[in-house]
Amino acid sequence: MDNLFILLLFPTVSAIALSFVRSAPVAKWLGLVASLVQLALTIPFVCTFIPNAEVQFEQVFPWISSLGISFHIGMDGISLPLVLLTNVLIPLIVLSSFGKEHKGSFYALVLFMQTGLLLVFTALDAFSFYVGWEIALIPIYFICALWGGPDRVRVNLKFFVYTFLGSIFMLIGIIYLYQQNPNKDFEWTSFIHLILSESEQRWIFWAFFLAFAIKIPILPFHTWQPDTYTNAPAAGAMLLAGIMLKMGVYGLIRWLIPIVPFGVSAYGSIALILCIVGIVYASIIAFQQGDAKRLIAYSSIAHVGLISAGVFAWNATGLQGAMIQMVNHGIVVVGLFYVIDIIESKTGTRLLGELGGLADRTRRLAVFFLIIIMAGIGLPLTNGFIGEFLLLKGLFEVNTWAMAIAGLTLIFGAVYMLRLFQKTMLGPLDPKYASVTDIKGYEVLVLGVIVVLIVAIGVYPNALLHLSEASVTRLVEQINF
Amino acid sequence: MGAIITLSLLGILLLYLGLYKAKNALLPVTLLGLLVALGFEVSEWGKEAAPVYHGMVLFDHFALSFSMLCILLTALTLFLSKAYFSAISNNVAEYYCLIVFSLTGALLVSSYHNFAMLFIGIEIMSVALYILAGIRKKDLYSNEASLKYFIMGAFSTGFLLFGITLLYGATGTFDLAGVRQYVIDTQQISPLFYGGILLLLIGLCFKVGAAPFHFWTADVYDGSPILVTIFMSTVVKVASFAGFLRLFDYVFGALNEFWTPVLLVVIVITLFVGNISAMMQTSFKRMLAYSSIAHAGYMLFAILSLGPNAASSVFVYALAYSLSSIVGFGALILVKKSQGSDQFLAFNGLGKSNPLLAAIVALAMFSLAGIPLTAGFIGKFMMFTGVMGDYHVVLLALAAINAIIGVFYYLRVIVHMYFKTAEEGAETVVMPLNFKAVFIIAAILTLAVGIYPDCLIGLF
Repeated sequence: MDNLFILLLFPTVSAIALSFVRSAPVAKWLGLVASLVQLALTIPFVCTFIPNAEVQFEQVFPWISSLGISFHIGMDGISLPLVLLTNVLIPLIVLSSFGKEHKGSFYALVLFMQTGLLLVFTALDAFSFYVGWEIALIPIYFICALWGGPDRVRVNLKFFVYTFLGSIFMLIGIIYLYQQNPNKDFEWTSFIHLILSESEQRWIFWAFFLAFAIKIPILPFHTWQPDTYTNAPAAGAMLLAGIMLKMGVYGLIRWLIPIVPFGVSAYGSIALILCIVGIVYASIIAFQQGDAKRLIAYSSIAHVGLISAGVFAWNATGLQGAMIQMVNHGIVVVGLFYVIDIIESKTGTRLLGELGGLADRTRRLAVFFLIIIMAGIGLPLTNGFIGEFLLLKGLFEVNTWAMAIAGLTLIFGAVYMLRLFQKTMLGPLDPKYASVTDIKGYEVLVLGVIVVLIVAIGVYPNALLHLSEASVTRLVEQINF
Repeated sequence: MGAIITLSLLGILLLYLGLYKAKNALLPVTLLGLLVALGFEVSEWGKEAAPVYHGMVLFDHFALSFSMLCILLTALTLFLSKAYFSAISNNVAEYYCLIVFSLTGALLVSSYHNFAMLFIGIEIMSVALYILAGIRKKDLYSNEASLKYFIMGAFSTGFLLFGITLLYGATGTFDLAGVRQYVIDTQQISPLFYGGILLLLIGLCFKVGAAPFHFWTADVYDGSPILVTIFMSTVVKVASFAGFLRLFDYVFGALNEFWTPVLLVVIVITLFVGNISAMMQTSFKRMLAYSSIAHAGYMLFAILSLGPNAASSVFVYALAYSLSSIVGFGALILVKKSQGSDQFLAFNGLGKSNPLLAAIVALAMFSLAGIPLTAGFIGKFMMFTGVMGDYHVVLLALAAINAIIGVFYYLRVIVHMYFKTAEEGAETVVMPLNFKAVFIIAAILTLAVGIYPDCLIGLF
């Protein structure tokens, strides 16, 4: 049962089936079952995965052979944690939208997006990678623009055009690499062994960097992100922040740095500075936010800024930190968006100025929320700690100042996260929220799973770290500059 | 050759059917005729190709595949014609007859092997269209379209003919192989020849609607009956590109250093003019008209890059573009019938009122925008790959900017269909069976080519 192609195909097949389901109660259960089956299908991969081996579960199908394109997928230690993250988060996201009356098309879009995401994380052929990259965008565009907030149409048009801008330049980069390739194929292994002049590497660096930086987003390319997150439905925001932005970081690790190491050595320090400035900048903006969702959006820019900085540090410690922190951030941000969504549905607002004292009425929610907040800050024994620790250590190996400034994220994070908790849960309870009830049923289940994951990874991070360790070390040894 | 003869006879037969008022027989007879013509094309596939009729026409795989594409697209267009022509005119037979004649011209343009045949083919194709564009006699816009098309067409034919004359003056032959031999053998190529190339380039750019020779396109597409616009923007365009490519690949290929800079300028202007104008439109029909200019720009990439893959990339691109065009304009027929407008606003709420139609239109728009898993992406990808082979990186960067502008206006259609609500009391759009069939065929082909294009690329 370790056929990777089936793992990629199953969500699409269930999406096609679900798109014909018009009854909301049936659709949500079918959606949940499909995503759980998908999760179950992932288990054999995790069990039989050999961390020390190279790419596993490889499958190659000739696709457009006249152009040298093959559908080539496989997993190594860099892919597996992200595939796992995707397949764990999708059932949670499906479950979290149980309170809403969505038709089958909603779940179909979520599952269709899952195929795109999995293809991105497993593709070993640049063409397949690009296809996955683009088809993940279509469903999330529809999810955000159909079920989103008041400004959804304008904001999502900007989001779509912005991300498309990045990817089309990446496409040009890919085609250029193909022309340089003596084997005339799009294989990852041929691409990383290409001999490119420094000037070629420089512009290809920007072509790829633009695509990834917009998706992550790294500082000057982040302008689409807060609006899109704020106007997205909860599930859309979870998909975007929890999984989709990891496509960008994964792209940096898998494609950008191995293909154009000289380009990275020329411009990597600029990218590193952009990441670190982004951390401080986004944190400062997060302090001021009155809208809880917007606050999380900016905090997300700060967190992924640190992750990308760890990638550009390009040492085993930093990369390991980036790998585990991608998973952690996904789990934590999904939890945060879900808590905000619950608060909004119970009180009708997510403006911090109008909230407060909810902990009196919602004991269980407050406990879960606090644990998730602690993970966001990076408290020891939560999953956030080990990730941030490794990332900062990785930066320290490169530049002490970079580490020192990036390390501010710990303090800043504590400030805005605790403010978020304080403004919503603590203080006097507004009488108009006196009738608010505590969470129950599937809400407890979703948050419970998230909290269990947070603590489990926090206590025993090696479960995740050992998956990626060998691959990361090999990559760093193979590509150095 | 059988196909061309069949179609010529079919046109005359259709006129007689009109004369004897056999209105109901028109569509079946036309489709049957097209099927026979298609059969002739298929039967010639794989045979040793040599110029026939004293070197007048050549039915190689290039000619045959483009001819088949033209016949297929005409058939799809005519499927939509049931009840369309009879609603706007009493003389239905003329429509079918003229479309079939125009198709005959298109087949000649894709299979000529002599400049005389190129000229005759373009004229047969165009003269029928001049009439078709103005066939709604009482409609002012239709008259304007016809007049504009005729004057511009005559003008461009003049360029074409003058170019051919100059080439003849330099080489003494109309035969493509003879002219090609002249290009290869002659050390000092006559200045007349260069002049001829430029004039031919201008004439053909007129025909494919490339800027700065595009001014007729929007008004003609806008003023003509929508079904005629479909025919113009698909079949005529495909054939013109086939003719264009054959000439520049086979004959002028060796002189590409001379005409490449000219073509580069034309392409860049075409891309920007087409896309920026399309972005400004509030009318869906005019948006598609301008976007067709932009797509002409992308298709010209193949003529820039030439090489063995040029034919297959034009073929895939033209197929993708034509399928989406048929869906786009076809949907417009239905929407206009129920909402009475061809503005973007008329598409409001289509996602709710007719989900199938909206989904197919959305797919067509994604294909035009070049999103993966649709035929349009494969077309664009092949075009980009071909041009990259010659290291026109700057051109590609400009093309990328244009692709983004394109996404912007194609998404507007989707925004109107899915995210805007229809006005109160607006009629819902109904989809007749023939439209449904054509749309589903187009959607399936778009996806099939987008997912597995290998069999098409291997045709050449």
